[in-house]
Amino acid sequence: MDYSQFLIMPQEIGLLVVFLLVFLYDTFMPDRCQKALPTFTTALFGLYTVFSFFPVHSGMAFAGMFESSDATWAMKAILNVGMLLVLLQSIKWANSEFVAVRRGEFYELLLLTLFGMFLMVSARNMLLFYIGLETASLPLAALAAFEKNHYESHEAAAKYMFTAIFSSAILLLGMSFVYGLAGSFDYNVLASALGDKHSALLIAAVAFVVAGVGFKLSLVPFHLWTADVYQGAPTAVTSYLSVISKGSAAFAFLVILVQVFGTVYADVWKWMLYAIIILTITIGNLFAVRQRNLKRFLAFSSISQAGYIMLGIIAANTLGMTSMMYYILVYIFSNLGAFAVIAAIERQTDKVTIDDYNGLFKTNPWLAFTMMIAMFSLAGIPPFAGFFSKFFVFAGALKTADTAVYILVLIALINTIISLYYYLLVVKAMFIRQDECSIPTLKSHWSEKTGMILCAMGIILIGLVSCIYTFLNGVAENSSSLFNLI
Amino acid sequence: MSFDFSILVLAIPFFMFLFLGLVGVKMGKKITGVVGTIAMGVTLFICYSIAFTYFFGTDQGQISAEGVRQSVLAYDWNWLTFTDKLVVKLGILLDPISAMMLIVISTISFLVHLFSLGYMSDEYGKPEKGFQRYYSFLALFTFSMLGLVVATNIFQMFIFFEMVGVSSYLLIGFYYTSPAAIHASKKAFIVTRLADLFFLVGIMILSYYTDTFDFNALMASPESALSSAHGQTFMGCSVMAWALTFIFIGGAGKSAMYPLHIWLPDAMEGPTPVSALIHAATMVVAGVFLVARLFPLYVLEQGSMNIVLVVGAFTALYAAAIACVQSDIKRALAFSTISQIAYMMTALAVSSAPGVGEEGGLGYMASMFHLFTHAMFKALLFLCAGAIIHAVHSNENSHMHGLHKFMPITSIAFLIGCLAIAGIPPFAGFFSKDEILVACYEKSPLWGVWMAIVAGMTAFYMFRIYYLIFHWKKHEVKEGHHAPHDMQWTMTLPLIILAVISCVAGFIPFGKYVTADGQALHTHTNWPVAISSVCIALVGIGLATKMYFKENDLPSKLKSKFNGLWTAAYNRFYMDELYQFITHKVIFQKVCKPIAWFDRHVIDGTMNLLADMTTSASFAIRKMQSGSIQSYVLYYFLGAIMLAAVTMVIVLI
Repeated sequence: MDYSQFLIMPQEIGLLVVFLLVFLYDTFMPDRCQKALPTFTTALFGLYTVFSFFPVHSGMAFAGMFESSDATWAMKAILNVGMLLVLLQSIKWANSEFVAVRRGEFYELLLLTLFGMFLMVSARNMLLFYIGLETASLPLAALAAFEKNHYESHEAAAKYMFTAIFSSAILLLGMSFVYGLAGSFDYNVLASALGDKHSALLIAAVAFVVAGVGFKLSLVPFHLWTADVYQGAPTAVTSYLSVISKGSAAFAFLVILVQVFGTVYADVWKWMLYAIIILTITIGNLFAVRQRNLKRFLAFSSISQAGYIMLGIIAANTLGMTSMMYYILVYIFSNLGAFAVIAAIERQTDKVTIDDYNGLFKTNPWLAFTMMIAMFSLAGIPPFAGFFSKFFVFAGALKTADTAVYILVLIALINTIISLYYYLLVVKAMFIRQDECSIPTLKSHWSEKTGMILCAMGIILIGLVSCIYTFLNGVAENSSSLFNLI
Repeated sequence: MSFDFSILVLAIPFFMFLFLGLVGVKMGKKITGVVGTIAMGVTLFICYSIAFTYFFGTDQGQISAEGVRQSVLAYDWNWLTFTDKLVVKLGILLDPISAMMLIVISTISFLVHLFSLGYMSDEYGKPEKGFQRYYSFLALFTFSMLGLVVATNIFQMFIFFEMVGVSSYLLIGFYYTSPAAIHASKKAFIVTRLADLFFLVGIMILSYYTDTFDFNALMASPESALSSAHGQTFMGCSVMAWALTFIFIGGAGKSAMYPLHIWLPDAMEGPTPVSALIHAATMVVAGVFLVARLFPLYVLEQGSMNIVLVVGAFTALYAAAIACVQSDIKRALAFSTISQIAYMMTALAVSSAPGVGEEGGLGYMASMFHLFTHAMFKALLFLCAGAIIHAVHSNENSHMHGLHKFMPITSIAFLIGCLAIAGIPPFAGFFSKDEILVACYEKSPLWGVWMAIVAGMTAFYMFRIYYLIFHWKKHEVKEGHHAPHDMQWTMTLPLIILAVISCVAGFIPFGKYVTADGQALHTHTNWPVAISSVCIALVGIGLATKMYFKENDLPSKLKSKFNGLWTAAYNRFYMDELYQFITHKVIFQKVCKPIAWFDRHVIDGTMNLLADMTTSASFAIRKMQSGSIQSYVLYYFLGAIMLAAVTMVIVLI
């Protein structure tokens, strides 16, 4: 075996090193040092995040199973930034009463799922992709059940587990169809072997793969687990599920669709995605309008946001890829900004409904401000980053110059109006509505403050600092060979 | 100092805006003001160093091989790249006028920061409510104004034009509990914003034909830049004339040219140091600066230039006439400012292209010179007014009278300001005004005489104000009030500094440094013009002395004799009422009402329909989210099957 192949995966190896160090710390350090474990992990991961920004060599490894390119490198760096924010937000929670005994496991499992996601992003073979997917899914069920003393946490874990198993079964069925058609799992081989014959088997294969991955992205109608799990799982896990897990799956989804099934883009999966996007955005919005619990509310909002991310995939061009990665980056900051506020308030007061937030601006102006710009960014109001990310996914989709896609973009635009309504409900509660017994003035932990400040800065700056988009665009241009089949 | 440091000129004020706005609230009020002032002092130092390097250094590309002073791009950063040509850049451009403006803005801004330490405090030296907010906004304004003058392209200029407008809005409305201040800030914002709309349209037309936003590209060869628009006409005028006229309207809004001047007198509701900074010295000259920046283009389009000339000359006379009868000293100064800015506009408009004839480019140089000197003495006058208002707690000159004994330093400083603006040698205004008059005579004797009359009126109304404040009759100290007196050093020092500058600024050999083409322009005194203009000024002063030095009934006699004219001028020739009529009776009633009906019934109806549909659809599908895992899996499975089946039906059959 040629060990030099490992050189193209420094990000994965770095992550494993972090994992091992955390594991060793957890296992061998005396009890009195354990309280510092969350800080230690976060600091270590922060170092690693900086390290992961160094460019890596492009190339294939392990007989074409694993690919490293500028795009995968940038995607992993984006995921690392998101992960760092999640870790920052969870420091205080991880040391709380019921979690403290198992905090080591929390971090170890979290890092392992991230490793799985990296494999998904880099996989160029369906087997490796599946292994990555499972590595990313199964520990998450354990994480969802992390608050043992909470009934909802168990329910969340059970629902997540069952749906995950079911979706894996469907995905495997789809993959076996693919294998039956082409006799290989390798993306490059599949691309040419599948050809553009529209057999029923191929269509079924595509549909099942879409369904299998659609579970991770919580696309409608594979989304039903989302709300219950987001509500029941600990907020740190929910925020992780909503951004990191989603972002990695979206990227892997894009690669599979354009590289493996690129030949049947126009006839088959474009229309599948078309229907799914409309359903996802609309139904996500329709449910979000009714929610009073903020975690449930963000669950449906994240379903609808996933629809916008899919717009970058349906574009099937480099601009779409850029805008998708950019969208994920912006979405990480916006959504984590919202979750940071929710987590900080929930940790201290156990309040999570919109009505609890009445008059928040009076008592906690900074929390209310962070929440407000997060909501504005999610709704896509300029000058916040969310406006630019929405603008670019629309621009990417419009570049297909296809009338049907124009209509799709129009529907998405109408949906942003609806989404504005429910995002503003939260802002209205915080700033306009008054309440006698609103949340008292809270004192956030330094880690929570840092997380919120980083998110707020990201929301304000990412859109205005244009070189970020230009850079991602350059990265996507380098991967333009992905779109050869379209 | 290397031009690389020029970025600090923008970075420091912007940082101070954030710092004072966010962190300042937690700090003590006094400390905030001191920190803001010190930071501004540092900015001042950097601005001076950069301007000094630009004018006197030779090693950083500011002097070309032929010995001509040229512009230097210190920074040029692509901000938004839309297409290859449509690129919005941000950067720093240093050339004679931007370097000069750096000096003007930083000097006035620093002195206003210093002055405000005292002005924004009550009688016991305790800072007012919102002190931090005030300093934070001052820093924001300074940042925007500096960004405006160093703009490398017209789009950057537009961005900062807007930011200047916003910060002016915030500062005018600083006393947000007073309805007058709120009205004034709204008025200022809306009027200038309306003008900026024209500016934007002008930018679009200009960049459409020239394919660029960059000043350097436009200035390098204006003829070829405009060549693609050659022969293109719209409604009988060339498209470039339209573009440049629209851009001028944008500038006229900020520079308060007739008929867009109505916001400036009202803007005096803001704190007086703000009026000195924004509404006397810096923001209001943005329009002049804009025309000067695009001067090479305006010279090629004489049609637009004539509009600038007529508007400028008319505004100068109109505002001077109003200034003669105002009783509120800040308003009188405001109209004086409008008149003087119009002076600069006129000077630009009468200027011929550099190199044409003996006096080519003289008007341009004179305009910039006057901009410089006017900024200094008008800021001086406003700060004096601030000190007086702070002492007597009123804007009306009937509450002042005879303050000379009580506030000797302020009185002398104000007198110096008046002499400077009246154009009495050797004060600064004489030199710059003289050159403007020479340039006007050069264009046509009509404009020369016209502007000389305005100069006479200027001398008259300034001394009228001076006498009414400091002489006229003995000051009566109101019961329960202490006698007015000169202020503490933080307020007096800026007056002294500005007074000294007003005395000596005229001797700066301006033509050597700031000219339209970078070549030194040798000016020589035109004795007939100089002597006649001094005589006219002396007549104006003499008249004012006769009427207002000692209490007498001559003014009231004249007032009753020309009652109609006096009332019309006092009410600013009813321009505000005209605006009220047009906006309320015509636009609101005839245009907005139908639109409002359409909006309320058709647009809102559509939106309500969408909302109702959303709620009912949301209600209808709520069963889907049952909470039972069996049904979830069922939906999941059905979804996957349907996806496959429907696609098969469509694709295969």
